[in-house]
Amino acid sequence: MRSCRDITALVSQGLDKSLSLRERLAISVHVMMCSRCRNFQKQSQFIHQAAHRYTEQLQKRLDKKS
Amino acid sequence: MKAKATDTKAGLSEQILLEHRPILFRYALLQLRDNSLADDAVQETLLAAWQTSSKFEGKAGLRTWLIGILKHKIADHWRRNVREVSIPEFDQLVDHDTDADEDDFFTSSGQWHSGPNAWNDPEAALKQQEFWAIYETCQNNLPPKMAKVFMLRELVGLEADEVCLETGLSDANYWVTMHRARLRLRECLEIRWFNNSKSKKENPHA
Repeated sequence: MRSCRDITALVSQGLDKSLSLRERLAISVHVMMCSRCRNFQKQSQFIHQAAHRYTEQLQKRLDKKS
Repeated sequence: MKAKATDTKAGLSEQILLEHRPILFRYALLQLRDNSLADDAVQETLLAAWQTSSKFEGKAGLRTWLIGILKHKIADHWRRNVREVSIPEFDQLVDHDTDADEDDFFTSSGQWHSGPNAWNDPEAALKQQEFWAIYETCQNNLPPKMAKVFMLRELVGLEADEVCLETGLSDANYWVTMHRARLRLRECLEIRWFNNSKSKKENPHA
């Protein structure tokens, strides 16, 4: 069984490239049983989303200033 | 039918160049922090690319080439404005002790020290101005190299291999850096926002 460190590393990689079936399975099995890694998975996706919106936010804020 | 418009001999089509505009704009905006300056820098970049497209060799990838031009335009801007806020090359950024980082989050056997807790309604946070201030603080708290890698990937939207080209990081180093950046950001947001906002949720009239 892979450790939480390894699983979160895979989850992180999954946000930057497509994972193999084996890797995706390893994640699914692990997060089924581990709520901490499940939270990490959801939250790193949320951060991915937030980071994407950040530049829009910045643009709007700068617009107001000028 | 494999007549790709990126054919260097035929020059780059306007269409192909414009596809990269959003990424270039975000890159410029994060450096210049001004919408119209960023816009100008991108226009100049695309124009320069268009005029010199015969020089594009297709080796490094079109986007990497465009970002190279854009960096020059941004540097020109700083030079014109004499504000010597030269943007340091990636190598010049202060590195951090990466090994110590791991121990911050995991035990030697790779288990969480203290785990990610469930977050209450993160979607709602995206609509709040205060959240964005905290988000920015957390992002700025990342060590410089990590912050740069995260910025190129998640804010600008480059692919992993493009970030490696841009920074000279190895593949392995890239994955480690992004993993840690996410661990750090997550923890910071949890401490500064999601744990704090619990009290607000329990007592919405406070």
